[in-house]
Amino acid sequence: MASLDAVVKQVVSKYGNDRTRLMDIITDVQTELGCVSDEAVAQIAKILDLSKVDVEGVITFYHFFTKTPRGKYTVYLNNSAVANMKGRAAIAKAFEDAVGCSFGRTTSDGLIGLYDTSCIGMNDQEPAAIINGVVFTNLTQEKVKEIVTGMKAGKDVKDLVKEYGDGANQSDLIRAMVKNNIMRKGPVLFAPYEQGSAIKAALSKKPEDVIEEIKIANLRGRGGAGFPTGMKWEFCRKAEGAKHYVICNADEGEPGTFKDRVILTELPHMLFEGMAIAGYAVGAQEGIIYLRAEYLYLKKYLEKVLEDLRAKNILGKNIAGKGFDFDIRIQMGAGAYVCGEESALIESAEGKRGEPRNRPPFPVQKGYLGYPTTVNNVETLCCAVRIMLEGGEWFAKMGTAQSKGTKLLSVSGDCQNPGIYEVEFGTTVNTLLEMVGGRTAKAVQVGGPSGTCISKKDFGRRICFDDLATGGSIIIIGPDRDLFEIVHNFMDFFVEESCGWCVPCRAGNVILKQKLEKIMSGKASTKDVQELEDWCKIVKATSRCGLGQTSPNPIYTTIQNFREMYEAKVKKDTDYVSTFDLLAAVEESCKAAGRIPKVEEH
Amino acid sequence: MSTINFTIDGKACKAKPGQTIVEAAKDNGIYIPTLCHFEGLKPAGTCRICTVKVGGRNMAACTTPVTEGMVVENKTADLEDYRKAIIEMLFVEGNHMCPTCEKSGNCELQALGYRYMMMAPRFPFLFPRRTLDASLPKIVIERNRCVQCLRCVRGITTADGKRIFGVVNRGGHVEITVDKDLAASMTDEMAQKAMDLCPVGAILKKEVGFAIPIGKRKFDSKPIGSEIEKA
Repeated sequence: MASLDAVVKQVVSKYGNDRTRLMDIITDVQTELGCVSDEAVAQIAKILDLSKVDVEGVITFYHFFTKTPRGKYTVYLNNSAVANMKGRAAIAKAFEDAVGCSFGRTTSDGLIGLYDTSCIGMNDQEPAAIINGVVFTNLTQEKVKEIVTGMKAGKDVKDLVKEYGDGANQSDLIRAMVKNNIMRKGPVLFAPYEQGSAIKAALSKKPEDVIEEIKIANLRGRGGAGFPTGMKWEFCRKAEGAKHYVICNADEGEPGTFKDRVILTELPHMLFEGMAIAGYAVGAQEGIIYLRAEYLYLKKYLEKVLEDLRAKNILGKNIAGKGFDFDIRIQMGAGAYVCGEESALIESAEGKRGEPRNRPPFPVQKGYLGYPTTVNNVETLCCAVRIMLEGGEWFAKMGTAQSKGTKLLSVSGDCQNPGIYEVEFGTTVNTLLEMVGGRTAKAVQVGGPSGTCISKKDFGRRICFDDLATGGSIIIIGPDRDLFEIVHNFMDFFVEESCGWCVPCRAGNVILKQKLEKIMSGKASTKDVQELEDWCKIVKATSRCGLGQTSPNPIYTTIQNFREMYEAKVKKDTDYVSTFDLLAAVEESCKAAGRIPKVEEH
Repeated sequence: MSTINFTIDGKACKAKPGQTIVEAAKDNGIYIPTLCHFEGLKPAGTCRICTVKVGGRNMAACTTPVTEGMVVENKTADLEDYRKAIIEMLFVEGNHMCPTCEKSGNCELQALGYRYMMMAPRFPFLFPRRTLDASLPKIVIERNRCVQCLRCVRGITTADGKRIFGVVNRGGHVEITVDKDLAASMTDEMAQKAMDLCPVGAILKKEVGFAIPIGKRKFDSKPIGSEIEKA
C-alpha cells in the first residue's frame, strides 16, 4: 500500500492542486485510505497551502466524510419517516444482530460500520440502505442476513445485488436493484423526443428569444421555491462577468423526494440538453451538475451519457455547427441537505463548507467562483427542453394561473402505488390520493418536512405554487400512524441538517424539538403548546436561509391542522407542568442511604 | 458619489452608496443591535440580532446594503422580541457564568442581555457539554461561552493570509477551533486582537486578567448602543 503522503500527493495533483476541488480531493483520499485522518488533513493543507482548519472544516461538515475509519464496508441505513413506516426498526435490529455492533459504530475488527443517514431518495422502496455506494432497497430481515454474510466473506458489494430494477437500472454502468416506479407519464417529461432537436431549435434563435420563450411558458423552478426561470436566466445573462456558469441542482435532499433520481436514470440526455439550452441562453460555456452523494451509483452511467452527447455533438465544441461551445462536468456532493440551497451548493462546488451565502449578491450576479451563475433544478431544465420543442404557449396552456405545465411528484408512504407521477399543476390532493391508492389517508405531507402537513379538510386543495407548493415530495400518512412520531422524525432531520451558521436555526430547532418531546411525554400544559407555536414563528422569522425559515413547519403546520392531537396530550387544569421528576432524581441516593423517599403533594 | 435617502421607523436617513443598514443607521444616530458584526470585518450575519423588516421581509441589517427609498422597520415590538429571543437562545445554547468570567462588563452578549432586560430566558437551558482548550501558548479557548459569531475566523490571519481560527462540524455541534501550528506562532498582539474581537469570553489572552477592574468596564455604566444613539 502506498504511503499516506504519496496517496495525498497523487490525489491532489490529479485535481491540479486546485483548492476549489477540495470535495473531490477529500472523496478520493477517503476512498484510498478509508478515512481522512489528522495526518492526511495536514498533508492536504500543506500541499494546497491552506490552514488545517480549512480542510477539517470541510470534512466535518459532510455526513459521508470521516476522519476515523467507518469499516471496510460502511452501511448507511436511511432513517427517514417513511423508512420507519416501512419497518426500518426491524431492519436496523437485523443488521445489528448479524454484524454484532450497534448503529453509529464500526466493528472492532474494522470490517463493518453501521450508520444512520438522512433520506437517500428511495422512499418508494424502503427500507433502503447504501453500502459502499451501492443501493439496497426493499430490505427484509432475510436480505440483511445474506448481505452481512456476504460482507463477512469479503465479497464485493456489487456482487451482493441479486436482482436489478427496471429500465436503465439494468444497464451495465448502473446495475442497481432500484426500481423507477414511473406510475404516470405526462406530456412534458415523458413524451418522446429526439435527442438534439431541442438544442438545435434553441440555437436557431437568439439567446434573448430563448429566454423570451421560457418567459411565455411562465416556467418556474421545480425545486420548490418556484422562482421564474426566464427571469433568472435573464438576470444571469445581463450580469457582467468574464464567463458565466450553468449549474444543475441534482441534490434533491428533501425527505420523500426521488423524482430527480428517475430523471437522472431515464432522461439524463434530456437534462444535459436542457443545461446546454440554459448555457446558450445565459452565455455560458461550462456547466456543472452537482450530484448528491447518495446517487453516486449513477455517476459512471451519467459520464457515459455525457460522452455519447459529445460524440453526437449535442455537447462539446461548435454544437450542431452553430458555433456554440458547451460542456458539463459532474461534481459529487458528500451528504448535506442544506446544499440543495443554491448558494450553499455553489460554496460546496467550490470545495468549501456548504453554508449558504448572504445576499446580495445573488448567484446570478456572483455565483460559482464569483462568475454569474444560474442554478436550476433537474426537472426545470428538462421542462426547458420541451418548451424549445413545443413552444411556450403550448406549455402555458397547462396548469393554473401562477403554475404552468406539469409537476413530477414523488409519492410515498401509506398508499398502494408509491412512485413518481407527472400531473398537471392544479391537481387536487383528493385526485392524487385516488390516483395513488391512498384514500384512507388522515394526513398528507405536501412538499416534504419543510412543506405543509394537511388534514382531510384540506384534501380539496390544489398542488401548485398558488396553493400548496411542493418540490415534489408527497408523503401519505395513513389513519393508524402516530403523527407525533413523524413530526419528531422531521425535527430530528432538521437538527441534524442545520448548517449551524445562524443562531435561530442552530439553537432554535433543538429547542423546538425538546419542547415537542415535552408535549409527547404527556408532561405539558396548554401553555406549552402556545409557546411552541410562538417559538416556531421566531425561528421562521429570523433564520438566514430557507432551511431555518421552514424547519419549524412540521410542528407549526400540525399545530394548525391537528390542534386536537396536541390538546389531547396536554394537561388542561394547570399552567405549568414540570418535566423534573423528583422521585426519579432522588431514587439512587435514597437507595444508597437506605431511606424511602416521601414526597408530599405540593 | 450621490447620497441615498431611506427611512428607519419613519425617520428620514441618509446613506453613502455601499453602506449596509447597520452602518448607515449608526451614522444617523440610530442603534440597531448587533453581536456578530464588527467594524472592518466582512459581515457574516450569523447572530441575526440585527434583524429588521424591509418591504415586509425580515433581513439582517448587517449584510443588507441600503437602497434608495428603502423603508426599514427597526424598533417594532415584534422585532424587539425576536432580538430578545435570540439573545436568550444564545444564553441557553452555551454555558454562561457571568460572575466568574473575565469578560464580564466588557461582554457584548451580557450587555445585550441587560439592554433587553432579560431576566430568565424563556427557553430551557440546553446544558451542552463543551470543551476548553488551554493547550495553546498565548490564548485559552473557552467554548462554553462561544457564540459562533465567527469574528475570530474572519479577523485573525497569519501574515500570508492563512486562517488561524476555523469552524468544524455542523448544526448544534459546530465549534471554533484552531490550526494548532499556526496558533502557536501567534504574537502577543495577535492574541490581544483575538481577545478583543471576541464579543464574549471565549478567547482569553493568557497570563493577564482583570487589568481593568469590574465597575470600570465598557458596559458597566452605560448600556450597549448608547454611544450610537442620539438623544
